[in-house]
Amino acid sequence: MSEASSRKLSDDLLRPLLQTSWRFYVLVAFLGSIVLMGLGTWAYQMFNGFGVTGINNPIFWAFYITNFVFWIGISHAGTLISAILRLVNAGWRRPVTRCAEVITAFALMIGALFPIIHLGRPWLFFWLMPYPSSRLIWPNFRSPLVWDFFAITTYLTGSVLFLVLPMIPDFALVRDRTTGLRSRVYGMLALGWQGTPKQWHRLESAMSIMAIAIIPVAVSVHTIVSFDFSMAPVPMWHSTMFGPYFVAGAIFSGIAGLIIAMAALRKFLHIEEYLHPVHFQNLGKLLLMMSLLWGYFVFAERLTVWYGNESAEIQVLRATQKGSFAPLYWTMVVVNFVIPVTILSIRKLRTITGCVIASCGVLVGMWLERFLIVVPSLGHKYLPYSWGTYRPRPVEILITISTFAAMTLLYTLFAKFVPIISIWELKVGEQETHETALQRSGRALGEAHP
Amino acid sequence: MSAVYALYPDPDAAQRAVNGLRTAGVAEADITVMSGEPFEEQPFAQRDKATWLWYIACAGGFLGLTFSTWLTRMTELAWPLQTGNMPIVAWWPNLIVIFELTMLGAILATVITLFITAKLPRRTPDFYDREVTNGKILVGVQNPSAANLAALEQALMAGGAAHIKRS
Repeated sequence: MSEASSRKLSDDLLRPLLQTSWRFYVLVAFLGSIVLMGLGTWAYQMFNGFGVTGINNPIFWAFYITNFVFWIGISHAGTLISAILRLVNAGWRRPVTRCAEVITAFALMIGALFPIIHLGRPWLFFWLMPYPSSRLIWPNFRSPLVWDFFAITTYLTGSVLFLVLPMIPDFALVRDRTTGLRSRVYGMLALGWQGTPKQWHRLESAMSIMAIAIIPVAVSVHTIVSFDFSMAPVPMWHSTMFGPYFVAGAIFSGIAGLIIAMAALRKFLHIEEYLHPVHFQNLGKLLLMMSLLWGYFVFAERLTVWYGNESAEIQVLRATQKGSFAPLYWTMVVVNFVIPVTILSIRKLRTITGCVIASCGVLVGMWLERFLIVVPSLGHKYLPYSWGTYRPRPVEILITISTFAAMTLLYTLFAKFVPIISIWELKVGEQETHETALQRSGRALGEAHP
Repeated sequence: MSAVYALYPDPDAAQRAVNGLRTAGVAEADITVMSGEPFEEQPFAQRDKATWLWYIACAGGFLGLTFSTWLTRMTELAWPLQTGNMPIVAWWPNLIVIFELTMLGAILATVITLFITAKLPRRTPDFYDREVTNGKILVGVQNPSAANLAALEQALMAGGAAHIKRS
């Protein structure tokens, strides 16, 4: 890659770090105020107790656990997709990986917050940690909630490292392109990176090993989240297919989240030259595949329950398909299956706008799916006298909205302070493209003049 | 620390400089190359490729496996509590914790080894040129002997450098 194109690439991708528009401050202030509102609402809930929420017997898991499962699902956008694309050496992954990996780190943090919000006394959350309390009682490792702790901790640690390691050479680039305090701060973050062949080899080997290690961890995380449900003898929860069903749903919603984030970055950071329509088309194809897979899982689940005709499960099935949850259920089917399959299977419609429309629908649909897994089953357990309903109160709604604002805020701040596209990886991609073009022209010349 | 080096616009020129330094009698280990991106195909990038990182990651995984096996078994036996008709030492659920800590061990071992072998973190390097991140490739020799200096400069110039730098 020529020096001039290398310089241009660096300039383009460092522009958001070095120039700040007034829109950035307005957006941060707006999102920050929503996040503060959410924190205030949480404090209100802590002070007044759980009675201020709609959560009550028999539906003890409602919005908060729905959000927990949803955000853990969104986290599957990044590290898992990035690791798979890295291992298969997909050239088009280069501008996509960091945008995706950031989603994982922030979505996991937000997701992991919900079990804590859902605790009556959130300051005692450290009881989950594996250490003996004053009476030498350890957490019970046979409890799925403790499995969550281990799975999320491992995935979060691995994902953050997977995100941060390739950022080191880019921090060195920012260190070298800036002056003063900014140069000193990025210099510290660059950890003294020089770019010797040994450092490059070690970094790339480490990334390969981590890509291999992180894929089974990502799969295990959502399987373990599904165990929170499937280990319980609750109608329509106690199912062997919940593990793969949850993993497929997580990847599905994750890809949708990634497409929306990439489209927003492309538009607001003006990086159209690096995030091409082909990236969206490829992700759109993945989304289409996951939509079909999701449809297959829903069909398999519903058919098994309907055919088994077990009375308690049939009640849940009826409630979701014909009863009070039917509008939500059919909305979910339309936005998760009908719309994405229609848009994404027609090549002309698989544009950036088409992919974003399908993805927005999928995010809504996947949130509804999690809600419809949690609430109808808890409201229709085996004994009819224990049946109940759930209606969210403003507390849950505000906290839910604020987490979406928190995700957007964290993403915005990240894109402001860190190159959102891995610059050095993009340069390697350009270099490979250049070499391939040279080889092709050499071959063509050879054929023309044997 | 003193150094003599030059900056090259492309990897082929950098390779010519490295070859020139070798011909001038500089040992492979004494030649320093720095670039803003990895050049896997170039011979100068083949140095230091061999690594124990994979084995160390496996060892880290094994350490995580051993620790988690001990942790789950020990805690269950320390306070024997019958849960859901499961045995006191319940291997099926324990396998989940064992798997997660095995992978965590492998990941942490990989990262720690990366930091140690790549000599990170450290303070801002004294031998470095900011032009490296602008696409130039640095080739040089650290602590050159005064007697050799002219030969080194000649070798670096033969690679196609515009001028020689010293630090």
